[in-house]
Amino acid sequence: MTSTLSFDYNPTISTLPLADLEVGKHFYWEVFGYSLHGQVFIVSWLVIGLILGASILATITLNQVPRNTWQNVMEVVVEYIQGIAKNQMGSNFAEWVPFVGTLFLFILISNWLGALVPWKLIHLPEGELAAPTNDINTTISLALSTSITYFYAGLKKRGFSYFKKYFQPTPVLLPINILEDFTKPLSLSFRLFGNILADELTVSVLTLLVPILIPLPIMILGLFASSIQALIFATLAAAYIGESVEGHH
Amino acid sequence: MADSIVSAASVIAAGIAVGLAAIGPGIGQGNAAGQAVEGIARQPEAEDKIRGTLLLSLAFMEALTIYGLVVALSLIFANPFSS
Repeated sequence: MTSTLSFDYNPTISTLPLADLEVGKHFYWEVFGYSLHGQVFIVSWLVIGLILGASILATITLNQVPRNTWQNVMEVVVEYIQGIAKNQMGSNFAEWVPFVGTLFLFILISNWLGALVPWKLIHLPEGELAAPTNDINTTISLALSTSITYFYAGLKKRGFSYFKKYFQPTPVLLPINILEDFTKPLSLSFRLFGNILADELTVSVLTLLVPILIPLPIMILGLFASSIQALIFATLAAAYIGESVEGHH
Repeated sequence: MADSIVSAASVIAAGIAVGLAAIGPGIGQGNAAGQAVEGIARQPEAEDKIRGTLLLSLAFMEALTIYGLVVALSLIFANPFSS
């Protein structure tokens, strides 16, 4: 979206006639006077549909000892998420497992779908389909829901004595504790957004320059890094909730 | 004329942002990896746990470099100062 050298509004870089790179074009939907990013919604709905489908398949016939292989697989996933929540929150982790699990699964599946599925085959009028987490709006909304959740958890568990947390360990740290309330969602959102966007841009630029074989190591690194980022987001969310429920140990 | 100065300044700022942002986390990650390897050498049975903690800490430090990259990307592709 720069106007360097007075070219067109969205300059498209192309070297060999094999690949183009353009950044900043989105597929807009106009709904009730608001512009929505259509490509983010389409892939997000696909991710939600996949997660819901897997969950429904696993719970159609619930047995104590699973006979359904899908139930077995999803039990591993649920136990892993319970492990994350339990490590960070200690004793009363059970009611927050759905939230942490939703964050982890949504971010993991959307990052991996963005990296693995050949989206270019679906032709959009403008822009193209990619991981929904490469849009800062998605990651900010996830981070803000985490923020609201840990406030809600603290207030529900401790009432208004929740605000004593700002004065611990010493009242001198009050401005820093208040600032932390703003930096927590900021760092959560930018960490995820930056990782996913940087990986996509790197792969795009490498594909533009050398379309054969060279982008592959970066794509594999992107798969690995994006799954770590999903784990980090869920772990940090659980840690913030645990911290606001229990207070400083 | 002013437009080319804004563009030139943005490009220089983007380069410096990424370059400087890589220094601190580079030192930190090298440090963490070194201590992790020492821990594994001291107690090879704990390798899985050490590796898990190492990867988690590496991702935290990586985020600081990514902040610099985000600033650089927004200067190049979403520059608020260009006309």
